[in-house]
Amino acid sequence: MTRANLIRQILRIGFLCIVASFVLGPLLATVLGGFKSNEEIQTSALSLPAVWRTDIYADILADPGFWRYLGNSLVISVATVALTLLIGAAAAYVFAQIRFFGSRMLFSYLSLGLMFPFATAILPLFVQVRDLGLLDTYWAVILPQTAFGLSLAILLFRTFFGELPKELFEAAYVEGCGYVRFFWQFTLPLSTPILATVGVFVFVQSWNNFLLPLVVLNSREAFTWPLGMMQYRGEYAVEWNRTLAFVTLTILPAVVFFVAAQKYIVAGLTGGAVKG
Amino acid sequence: MAAVEMTAESPSATEKLRRRITSGRMTAAIVLLPPALILFTLFVIYPLAGSGVYAFYDWNGYNTPTDFVGFGNFERMAGHSVFQQSVMNSLKVIAVSLIVQLPMALLLALLIYRRTPENTAFRLIFFLPYILAEIAAGLIWSFIVDGNYGVVGDLTRALGMEPYFITSDRSWAFTAVMVVIVWKYFGFHMMIYIAALQGVPKDMIEAARIEGASRFGVIRHVQIPMIRPAIIVSVFFSVIGALQVFDVVIPLTNGGPSNSSHTIVTYLYTFGLARLKIGYGSAIGVTLFIAAVLVAVFYQRLFMRKPA
Repeated sequence: MTRANLIRQILRIGFLCIVASFVLGPLLATVLGGFKSNEEIQTSALSLPAVWRTDIYADILADPGFWRYLGNSLVISVATVALTLLIGAAAAYVFAQIRFFGSRMLFSYLSLGLMFPFATAILPLFVQVRDLGLLDTYWAVILPQTAFGLSLAILLFRTFFGELPKELFEAAYVEGCGYVRFFWQFTLPLSTPILATVGVFVFVQSWNNFLLPLVVLNSREAFTWPLGMMQYRGEYAVEWNRTLAFVTLTILPAVVFFVAAQKYIVAGLTGGAVKG
Repeated sequence: MAAVEMTAESPSATEKLRRRITSGRMTAAIVLLPPALILFTLFVIYPLAGSGVYAFYDWNGYNTPTDFVGFGNFERMAGHSVFQQSVMNSLKVIAVSLIVQLPMALLLALLIYRRTPENTAFRLIFFLPYILAEIAAGLIWSFIVDGNYGVVGDLTRALGMEPYFITSDRSWAFTAVMVVIVWKYFGFHMMIYIAALQGVPKDMIEAARIEGASRFGVIRHVQIPMIRPAIIVSVFFSVIGALQVFDVVIPLTNGGPSNSSHTIVTYLYTFGLARLKIGYGSAIGVTLFIAAVLVAVFYQRLFMRKPA
């Protein structure tokens, strides 16, 4: 019995390790590639570098363009998160707390965004952003991202706000606290778990977004890192080590962020997915 | 005395309170709701409605559209072999998700759903690709499958074969795209299953064991039926996700060779936006919209109906 169990356990771990190498192999080759010469990459993509070259990584880290791309992405992502949380929570609060004529209809209207992929409206969105004179600005990415993220955010917020204890609101009310102040002073602070979950999610989506920035940002000054990365790839087409180093440096923050925020990412995924 | 006054005044006091609540309500709704409504209308609904109008025009995006072509754009699209191929490719992604990715995710979830340290480590590893940008995943894999430099290059050399470039092979280029999609997303589906498996009551599993069910019997007759809602949701995500594939393809094959590896969205981008054919692109967008809505509506009718 124990022997059978042991064999089973060994098979299990063995299988898991095979899958893990399928997952990690490409990432490892990428990180190591940045330390190698191109000749060495060409002879063996997966091995450890014979000589650890650090000049490529140093080059990229010294390139102001690289930091510019990351900075642009950061500003856009932070602003998208802030706007989505604020505007989404405000609307969800109205739906959760206030009964008024047409409330259900407006809620359904705002939920329409859950129905279709972002790409379906990308062309008219481009025209719209251009006509508003926003091309090549941060707003060209921030505003559409926020608008498309609102549906899910409002849905999740409304559910959470609806579960906050009603007595609290009544008590605050008797003390003379109005709806708007209650939203600021009680609802938002009490909702940090859901705000964090949605915030982390919106952040990752914005940070990784490619299609929208590709369509509305043309000047390198405004490029987010995915655009910068593709630009870099185009410039150093045959120098894989440069591209790999660049990729490594851009996914590193994502990995660090993931490890730090995984609790919220997983909660958002599983909670949101299974319940909603 | 005081008590008497209180009771006498209390109806009007509650009335006042009630009135204040109602008026406060309106102000709150007027202050808090419009930002969401305006933003959503301006950047979601208005462009979407725009698609519905532009799709019937031949328009390059400047001035106002005047060249009305009826269903011309749709006819051209339906007759374009590259579009047909892109639809086929999107269907292939759905097939691979259902036949390869989800069973793999389920198997792994069953292997590591228990809370032990080594399971947690594997879970993190398998989930890692999900948080990477698709564009980075595509770029990484375009290196891996590079016939000169990448791991595929290593393999062919080790086997003494000619260098092989999968992304320039018409019949296999899209397979590379699908490998990357599985690599990137199986961990996501696995996580959904793990969360569901952890919610299956332990005594149900034990009861089945006591009644003599085998390990496989428990999985088949207890665990899988219990996580049915999670499976339904993950299938839905796979299908909707398959309709949206874009980022992965661009660095990997860019739709090539000879337009064989387009998905619906890369087709939309290449033949609509990149050539500023706003009318034609909108027709593709409208088609994609209809497909997504049909999938959502039918799927919910069929599987997601809440038990009464």
